[in-house]
Amino acid sequence: MTKKTYLSILVDNHEGVLTRIASLFRQRGFNIDSLTVSETNDSTLSRVTIGMTGDEEEVKQIVNQTKKLYEYEGMFEIDPNDSLIRELLLVKVAANEHIRSSLLELATIYKAKIIDVSDGSMVFELTGKPIKLDSYIENLKPYTILEMCRTGATALQRGKVRMTK
Amino acid sequence: MNFNGSEIVVNVLLENDVDVVFGYPGGAILNIYDALYKNSDKITHIMTAHEQGASHAADGYARATGKTGVVLATSGPGATNLVTGIATAYMDSVPMVAITANVANSLIGRDSFQEIYIAGVTMPITKHNFIVRRVEDLADTLRSAFKIAISGRPGPVLVDIPKDVTAAMCEYTPAPKQIPARQMSYSGDSVEEIAKVINSAKRPAILFGGGVKNSNADKILKRIIDKANIPAAHTLMAVGVLRWDMKENLGMAGMHGSVIANRAINDADVVIAVGSRFSDRVALSPSKFAKKATVIQIDIDQSEIDKNVKTDYHIVGDAEVVLGELEALLDKTTHDEWFKELETMRRDVPYSTGGEKLHPKEIMDILSEAAGEDGLFVTDVGQHQMWAAQYLHHVKSENFLTSAGLGTMGYGYGAAIGAQIGTGRKHVFHITGDGSFHMNMNEACTAVSYDVPVISVCINNEVLGMVRQWQTIFYGKRYSSTDPCRKTDYVKVAEGFGAKGYSCRTAEEFKAALKEAMEFGGPVWIECLVDKDERVLPMIPGGGTVDDIIYE
Repeated sequence: MTKKTYLSILVDNHEGVLTRIASLFRQRGFNIDSLTVSETNDSTLSRVTIGMTGDEEEVKQIVNQTKKLYEYEGMFEIDPNDSLIRELLLVKVAANEHIRSSLLELATIYKAKIIDVSDGSMVFELTGKPIKLDSYIENLKPYTILEMCRTGATALQRGKVRMTK
Repeated sequence: MNFNGSEIVVNVLLENDVDVVFGYPGGAILNIYDALYKNSDKITHIMTAHEQGASHAADGYARATGKTGVVLATSGPGATNLVTGIATAYMDSVPMVAITANVANSLIGRDSFQEIYIAGVTMPITKHNFIVRRVEDLADTLRSAFKIAISGRPGPVLVDIPKDVTAAMCEYTPAPKQIPARQMSYSGDSVEEIAKVINSAKRPAILFGGGVKNSNADKILKRIIDKANIPAAHTLMAVGVLRWDMKENLGMAGMHGSVIANRAINDADVVIAVGSRFSDRVALSPSKFAKKATVIQIDIDQSEIDKNVKTDYHIVGDAEVVLGELEALLDKTTHDEWFKELETMRRDVPYSTGGEKLHPKEIMDILSEAAGEDGLFVTDVGQHQMWAAQYLHHVKSENFLTSAGLGTMGYGYGAAIGAQIGTGRKHVFHITGDGSFHMNMNEACTAVSYDVPVISVCINNEVLGMVRQWQTIFYGKRYSSTDPCRKTDYVKVAEGFGAKGYSCRTAEEFKAALKEAMEFGGPVWIECLVDKDERVLPMIPGGGTVDDIIYE
């Protein structure tokens, strides 16, 4: 059964590491749904969060392949129940005077921020679990979405657990 | 002491006991070749006809000696010409360090003359690769490359060095060779439990692959086979690990494997796979493979577990270490009934001799007899490769080199040259076909220049036999582009290169030519004419099982 999986991978902060991971996924026939990369508090390390869809065997295989990378330092498969997953959404919606208030109402329900209002459009910012963003976008569908952009999920484990080299 | 980058390259090669490198010079790598010139008393450089030949030579050298092969190439086309050789080594887990020079740092990214992003090109076919931007990082990077190439599951590593780095000066401190410690620890299911499963088996079978060879686990494997009385089949990568005439050796499994080997795996109640990755040429139908058996897998590479065939038990670890633990826990027993049953499944493919041309088995028999137990054979890819795997009298695993995983036509000549140089054998036998031979026959000039006694036996059926065999069976004999109508005169071409050439139609002619070739002591080509309709049998079609075996 295929399911959405998020992997948090710690790698050496070298040039080309991102290409190496992306190339590996492509080579092994796995599709990356979302990807975030950034330096960590330890400047020698980067944390990569990859969202992918696959069954258990496929996820196991790509995890094992990723572990073979020379620059690999650590990894955990994000458990949605025990991890803090967040994603950022920016969405530009066509808005005339008549629908502004209903857009505002929807934003209030989702705790989305208005970050731009101009003639004929509004831009909302929403941070939350990917599933919350999906739901917000679903509710925006009756309106006209002019442009949108999501960062892809990023995640940390709850509590004292710490992924290090 | 201060050295330039090129001298550092040479020094790190010497740290790693490298005394032979294969390669081809060019603009970007001039500085390194200058340093090699000055150190030619310590490192022999073998210049090939083409960088691909050099990469296969480094591979053949590594497989025959167990040492890491080193290949050098210049930027751009020099580097891209290595690609097939690197991929060949990657697929067969061969330790290799490829050093390429690139254009200077200041020219990188500008589509400069002979500039190629070779690190990007080789990313999926190397264990790891490096671009060395600063001379200060050069020595340690090269040391890492040698360490990575040989550690765990071996493989090729590429180091790309911009030209200015090869000239820049830097402090160099010699360091001892880093020998990666053998991986003594292992993980996965319990050895005790696995031993119990094997001890209670009535019809056990072992399937072993190249991992046994890489881990030098042949002795312990033999002890286990002897103690627990288990028949064993092998993959193409493990030809020669067991003697060809050993009773428990069922021969090769897979597409062109022996009937008895494939039957044994199919009918076994327990299959123990060691250092084998269940490739599609072995487990042709992964879901039906060893269907009646509890499958146990032992492999050093975690990612091989359950990759192709789902296993019931597994251990991730070095084959020799794990088998060593296992041996002590196995009962001394016999499986006479199982062996008796297997014997009834033995089915040799019939063949006739004495026709107008040579029969492939006849050629292999003559070669086995002439070469003796120490004969080192290197093959190309195609029908001749399978005949060599099936019919030669294999005795030692390091005496049979072949491109198994990638199936690289053109592998053989370069690899045979590398293997001869590495081992100093009196001769090395290169078994090739007319298709494969045409791909890299230009390496004859290398064999002549360095007086390398490689005897190339070209099995000439005048067609691309393996592809044509598929066309015969699966494509209604529509021979699309497999009959090239070549008019190559092998004797003349050999002589043109400065080698010796023979052409044979009969067993007597072949025996005589082989005798002369072995006495000659230099590069020789022997063309053996065989019928174009000879096929490699038995054969299980892709995706098939033992029920689909084609016998004739």
